[in-house]
Amino acid sequence: MIKAVMVINTQGKPRLAKFYDFLTVDKQQELIRSVFGVLCSRAENVSNFMEADSIFGPDSRLVYKHYATLYFVFVFDTCENELAVLDLIQETLDKCFRNVCELDIVFNYSKLHTILDEIVFGGQVLETSSAEIMKAVEEISKLEASSNSITLVPKTVSGWRNR
Amino acid sequence: MEQLKTIGRELAMGSQGGFGQSKEFLDLVKSIGEARSKAEEDRIVLSEIETLKRRIVEPDIPRRKMKEYIIRLVYVEMLGHDASFGYIHAVKMTHNDNLLLKRTGYLAVTLFLNEDHDLIILIVNTIQKDLKSDNYLIVCAALNVVCKLINEETIPAVLPQVVELLGHSKEAVRKKAIMALHRFYQKSPSSVSHLVSNFRKRLCDNDPGVMGATLCPLFDLITIDVNSYKDLVVSFVSILKQIAERRLPKSYDYHQMPAPFIQIKLLKILALLGSGDKQASEHMYTVVGDIFRKCDSSSNIGNAVLYECISCVSAIYPNAKLLEAAADVIARFLKSDSHNLKYMGIDALGRLIKLSPEVAEQHQLAVIDCLEDPDDTLKRKTFELLYKMTKSSNVEVIVDRMIDYMININDNHYKTEIASRCVELAEQFAPSNHWFIQTMNRVFEHAGDLVKSKVAHNLMRLIAEGFGEEDDTADSQLRSSAVESYLRIIGEPKLPSLFLQVICWVLGEYGTADGKFSASYVTGKLCDVADAYSNDEIVKSYAVTALMKLFVFEIAAGRKVDILPECQSLIEELSASHSTDLQQRVYELQAIIGLDAHAVECILPSDASCEDIEIDKNLSFLNDYVQQSLEKGAQPYIPESERSGMLDISNFRSQDQHEASTHGLRFEAYELPKPSVPSRTTPVSLASSTELVPVPEPSYHREVQQAATVPSSSDTGSSEVKLRLDGVQKKWGRPTYSSSAASTSNSSSQNTVYEVTPVDGSSNVNSKAREASYDLKKTQVEISPEKQKLAASLFGGTSKSERRASSTGHKVPKGSSHVLKSTAGSTTDVLVEKTTPVQPPPDLLDLGEPTLKDGPSSVDPFKQLEELLDPTQLGSSANPGIVGSTSAPDIMQLYSDKPASGQSGGFMYPSSSNRSDDNLVSGLANATTDSAHNITAAAHPSQFSKGPNLKDSLEKDALVRQMGVTPSSQNPNLFKDLLG
Repeated sequence: MIKAVMVINTQGKPRLAKFYDFLTVDKQQELIRSVFGVLCSRAENVSNFMEADSIFGPDSRLVYKHYATLYFVFVFDTCENELAVLDLIQETLDKCFRNVCELDIVFNYSKLHTILDEIVFGGQVLETSSAEIMKAVEEISKLEASSNSITLVPKTVSGWRNR
Repeated sequence: MEQLKTIGRELAMGSQGGFGQSKEFLDLVKSIGEARSKAEEDRIVLSEIETLKRRIVEPDIPRRKMKEYIIRLVYVEMLGHDASFGYIHAVKMTHNDNLLLKRTGYLAVTLFLNEDHDLIILIVNTIQKDLKSDNYLIVCAALNVVCKLINEETIPAVLPQVVELLGHSKEAVRKKAIMALHRFYQKSPSSVSHLVSNFRKRLCDNDPGVMGATLCPLFDLITIDVNSYKDLVVSFVSILKQIAERRLPKSYDYHQMPAPFIQIKLLKILALLGSGDKQASEHMYTVVGDIFRKCDSSSNIGNAVLYECISCVSAIYPNAKLLEAAADVIARFLKSDSHNLKYMGIDALGRLIKLSPEVAEQHQLAVIDCLEDPDDTLKRKTFELLYKMTKSSNVEVIVDRMIDYMININDNHYKTEIASRCVELAEQFAPSNHWFIQTMNRVFEHAGDLVKSKVAHNLMRLIAEGFGEEDDTADSQLRSSAVESYLRIIGEPKLPSLFLQVICWVLGEYGTADGKFSASYVTGKLCDVADAYSNDEIVKSYAVTALMKLFVFEIAAGRKVDILPECQSLIEELSASHSTDLQQRVYELQAIIGLDAHAVECILPSDASCEDIEIDKNLSFLNDYVQQSLEKGAQPYIPESERSGMLDISNFRSQDQHEASTHGLRFEAYELPKPSVPSRTTPVSLASSTELVPVPEPSYHREVQQAATVPSSSDTGSSEVKLRLDGVQKKWGRPTYSSSAASTSNSSSQNTVYEVTPVDGSSNVNSKAREASYDLKKTQVEISPEKQKLAASLFGGTSKSERRASSTGHKVPKGSSHVLKSTAGSTTDVLVEKTTPVQPPPDLLDLGEPTLKDGPSSVDPFKQLEELLDPTQLGSSANPGIVGSTSAPDIMQLYSDKPASGQSGGFMYPSSSNRSDDNLVSGLANATTDSAHNITAAAHPSQFSKGPNLKDSLEKDALVRQMGVTPSSQNPNLFKDLLG
């Protein structure tokens, strides 16, 4: 089961944090801080995997991907495959945020959550077909747009529509 | 630089306009991005909170604005600030009919609230409505919330709808309904147990996405109960086959791999189902083999699937062909430049090694590369692998490496883990006791207080027991080498408390045994310890007891006791200590020093810590005394169980003694074991006890008074005394200790009469270990590069020419048992023939220069290995018999009996409750009628002359005291192999 998904920038500021088990705000902050602490002490060119027992309890593992100024972090237990999760991050990034930057994430906060909810549902990897995910997300944004007088077509979304 | 880039980038993005967000939000994000310190950021966020608080309650906010406010709230909370004032607005938003607002509201509540939050009740109704909505996106949004916010109590409210949705026309809804049901199952299995069949049904769903989602709950279910799902093996295999043959829609391809995530899930499930089941496994062989062949190993995801195949292959019933394929893939992983792949390779190797140990051999150099890699993750994974493949032939190298690594890390969590692994390996595979002690020293020194106290007790016992009965010289050499190393270490600053306890005990017991060190030297060191760690009472009491033993041994040997001035001042200082335990130890010390040689020898015989002690648990020797007391009009003993009513009475009777009587109510210490003493034999004679107790110390006096006035108080005493007793019990074994196995020496709180129990040392282990390393040594001589050496010592040889030898090294159990058999037949001759002696016999335990041979990191582990091959050592440990196994049950039996009697003994004698447990018990166990006199007398030197049988009771008391610091816990691992 996936325990948490985080996006942290290189200064240690959380850009997105989603915990699949409820944790108090303070606890979340503490976890984000300790994760960042470990991540920034890692050298370049080392593996993207880490054991996270000391932060998330026994048998927790962590996969991260350093991407421009952001760390994308997935925390999960032994039921997932590290390489696969790493690819999951990659996939999410490639398909949805090709030129992702921090501001995209902040401003498209709800969109990012929508995408994430399509992929990871209740802590399980639910959908892995990117086409399906795109379809779902687009449908949602279309409907949202039509239900609202103001059009909300974020740049990134139009970006992958044109591709 | 990096920071500047970030900011610049953010600015650039910001200036391009706001993605439909307002300028305010943009400014907020920008200013937070620019904040130079946490304080500045906090200021910005706090003012944002103020703004939001004001704005959000304004009437008639446009929808779009409201949405933004909520998003800003989420943002604020993500930064670690309290946004609870806005929760209700998020909840209100979920009621909105507008999809955009509803979704935003749902998103916010899933992030804000937990399933037990009060506001949930306001959402449940909305969720119910939305689950029935015509718009499938609303249904999906609601299901999303269901996963997060529905708890056990609210499950019934939404369950019918969710089940209905399993048949929804949209696959996205079916998928999420399954996941919601799965979530319910995780939260409260009982509430949905009748619906589990739905998961099976949905496995046949037309949509691959739904089928894939079903695998998640099925995986969980199968993990819990494999057998109920064996019938699905064929289905799973055929699904996997279809996927591998690319029968799924193209959209599920990822990097040219057909539905890799579903494949991974299926392989995991198959691994569970095929584990230990030959029939089920046979179904899987073909398809797994296919995947091995078809998988594209150039992409991450392809490798992920390959890794999962290896995991599956190593979990199911072994198949030679598949194992071979797995080994090939592992080789590819390990040779890769990617750390990720190496990591997976090491992990896979760890799985496969259980089935085919020879795989590791091919990759030994790669493994050593990983061990030396700067990547910490990889290193730890490699240690995990080494841990799995440790055996007696390579334990020294591996443990050595582990300790080296342990020293260099700061992560306490991992340090504890690796320390316990070191200890575990050392206990299981230790080639010699000496090595074990050296290793333990290092672990103690560096992992400090992270080590469990059990480990310390094992170490003490090992030193006390030594190799076994037959080899006294080896034992004493072992001890004096321990003493020597401890005397060297003791001066180092900031040693962990536990280690100091071991040191003190060993020095007290064996410090002067070999005559190499004078008593004054050792006592001086002990005084230094007591001074340096003046805050640690446990260490101090260990030190005082050690001092007492050293003095006694001096007296017994007929030498004049030379008490150093610092020692004298320590004694004086501690005799006024706040800790009554320390105080008493010091008084006893002073009392014993005044006795003659014969008396002290009875009190503290040298090297008697391993001897067993017999207890008369019926306390029959007290019958006379009890009878006398009864005749004098004492009240008969009332068992604890019948006494509850009386406590109130005693409360009433002695209002002013209230405090004391509340103490009297506390029977915790005695409640655990069932007192086995028949009640009739033990009346409590209060009157007599007050008469008998001479009370020179005011502090004692008060307590004795209390004890006397409260009839049923068996455990009186100030809270301080209680505290101390706790400490004592911890050290000396709570009653529960009794049940565990194989403790031989120790536990002082019980007993008087020694009974010798033969404890066969770990000679069997040793011989085994050394024999196993024979082949190794022969092969390794010519290999020169250090790495190869290491490889050889870990795996047993590299090059092909050594293949034969190393493979024998691998099959240790078989090989060594074979050798053992031959040894048993013709004893040591066989062994001597086999090898050329490298060093003279005593080397392993050489007392003179332990640093040279066994000193921690300085020595090449390889050399250490060679030393172990010394054949004469083997000779000394011949007779790999069964001594241990036969004696084990007896010991256990003995121990299970003891504590009970000890406890009940204490229970009956309120008069002595002001003193420590051991004292009291020893007195009781003493088979004399006037025990009450003696007990009290023993603690007060001034009263010595009055006691009719002073010496006797003192002896017993001191004996117990001596035993007091003996380890009392057991270690099943260490002697498991000995005791069969």
